[in-house]
Amino acid sequence: MNRAMTKLPPGKMRLSGVARMERNWGILFALPAILGFFIFVLGPIIAALVFSLTNWSIGSDMEFIGLDNYRTMVAEDTLFTKSLFVTVYYALGSVPLGIVISFAVAMLLNQKVRGLSIFRTIYYLPVLVPTIANSMLWLWLFNPDFGLLNSILDSAGLPKSQWIYDEGTAIPSLILMSTWGIGNAAVIFLAGLQGVPGHLYEAVEIDGGGALRKFWHVTLPSMTPTIFFNLVMMIIGTLQVFDQAYVMTNGGPNNATLFYIFYLYRKAFTETHMAYASAMAWVLFLIIMALTALVFRSSRFWVYYEGEGRS
Amino acid sequence: MNLSRMMMIHRTLIYFILISGSIVMLFPFLWLVRSSVMSTAQIFTFPPEWIPRPFEWSNYKDALTVVPFFKYFLNTMLIELFVITGIVITSSLAGYSFARLKWPFRNIMFGLVLSTLMMPYAVTLIPTFMLWKSLGAINTYLPLIVPAWFGGGAFNIFLLRQFFNTIPRDLDEAAYMDGANPLIVLWRIMLPLSKPALIVVTIFAFIGTWNDFLGPLIYLSSDEKFTLALGLASFRGLYNAQWGYLMAASSAVVAPIIVLFFFGQRYFIEGITLTGIKG
Repeated sequence: MNRAMTKLPPGKMRLSGVARMERNWGILFALPAILGFFIFVLGPIIAALVFSLTNWSIGSDMEFIGLDNYRTMVAEDTLFTKSLFVTVYYALGSVPLGIVISFAVAMLLNQKVRGLSIFRTIYYLPVLVPTIANSMLWLWLFNPDFGLLNSILDSAGLPKSQWIYDEGTAIPSLILMSTWGIGNAAVIFLAGLQGVPGHLYEAVEIDGGGALRKFWHVTLPSMTPTIFFNLVMMIIGTLQVFDQAYVMTNGGPNNATLFYIFYLYRKAFTETHMAYASAMAWVLFLIIMALTALVFRSSRFWVYYEGEGRS
Repeated sequence: MNLSRMMMIHRTLIYFILISGSIVMLFPFLWLVRSSVMSTAQIFTFPPEWIPRPFEWSNYKDALTVVPFFKYFLNTMLIELFVITGIVITSSLAGYSFARLKWPFRNIMFGLVLSTLMMPYAVTLIPTFMLWKSLGAINTYLPLIVPAWFGGGAFNIFLLRQFFNTIPRDLDEAAYMDGANPLIVLWRIMLPLSKPALIVVTIFAFIGTWNDFLGPLIYLSSDEKFTLALGLASFRGLYNAQWGYLMAASSAVVAPIIVLFFFGQRYFIEGITLTGIKG
């Protein structure tokens, strides 16, 4: 960063003065963020790892037990396996569905429709509902006796469902519920679509290509960075579902909605097995890191960046 | 002729799908509002009715007084106040430092801070809880407020840094020539030019705090300290099948956010869009 001051006679001295000032103020300004990183992120992550190697519960002594917690988790704790299965099942359902629906909505909104901002608002509105209120509302929508969803099924002549109250339909019900919140991804997709350069479409038109070719050769490749972003964020989000399990199902029926974080919460704060819960936290951490790395690694094969002007 | 007919059908189809989708999106809201003003007797009918007869406005009065919702509202606003100030101040400072000031390891540090965006919150949950417990801060608002004063979150720092980078450097160079220090530059030049970004940060901080459930659940134990989200959840335990009450209380928690959205719509869309841009 060259300052005009270099030309001044006592240039070198002044410059180093400026540099020193920048350094001091710079560190001072960033200090809260730096401390925050060490106190509230890095420190706790390491502490969780240390906890996870002990048998510590609140009110008991801490003893080093190596990898026993991890062994218990994999070999003995069937609820752990269950919670992992439940969470992955939910993510595998809601992430692809969320991506496809939000992308489709964004594509439709991008067709120069009238009242774009009204539609956009309507599709975004559900995102604003706090998860607790959202859970409360859907609990009532899913009500098998007087809920809206069963009345729709009923009036369509279909059999009623037990929704979240049945082991088999609980997770699909929550996946259905998650599609109500696709507005955030849709708005991001829409912004991405609006940024696709028009001349690319014209080029396909000149070559005599139709809508399908435009989509396949222009829209989809140009949108891969946005798809990538939404994908990563959705994966991280769905693996950490908690509120719905807490308010709506309490993990039931028969642990069908025992989400990973919900089980972790139970272990830590109702059973006070802090060490075991820390080990669970670390496993989730590793899973998310691995998944993110995988998506990043694979991204070079399917994510396309125009030019090199991205930082 | 044929082509324009095709176009017509095409457009009609688009509107048909968009409008059907909108109805699907709006139905749960209608259900929420209609249930919130319906008498218990009418709520338990099948098939359900849509028009409340009579409008049971007292649901709101009852729901919001049997549980001290107003108190919860004040509690939430108190936390909001301190959280938002903390986030705005410390994330502007950090964002400015990362955007403009040179210091050793700056880029490494920025990378580290940014990497926390992908961090699952669960992994820090227990040690952070133990930290506050050992400081005797359980059942106070400190665990909910203090972290906001330590950088204000990676996303906000990133967002402000990006925004500051769009401001011409000549402006701060000139101010330095006049002998200003970085604090003056930040306060007099950068922040006044960054109002849209600051509004985005404020709105998202507000919503994040308003919606936060796990934090209050873990840290607050006595019910006079509850936040709205926590109060609403505890309400569910108290009035299990009183759907009129539950929906009235839920509406009361949802409404302020919706109102905020309609006032700041532009900033919402900008903010969400900005999150996606970095790709």
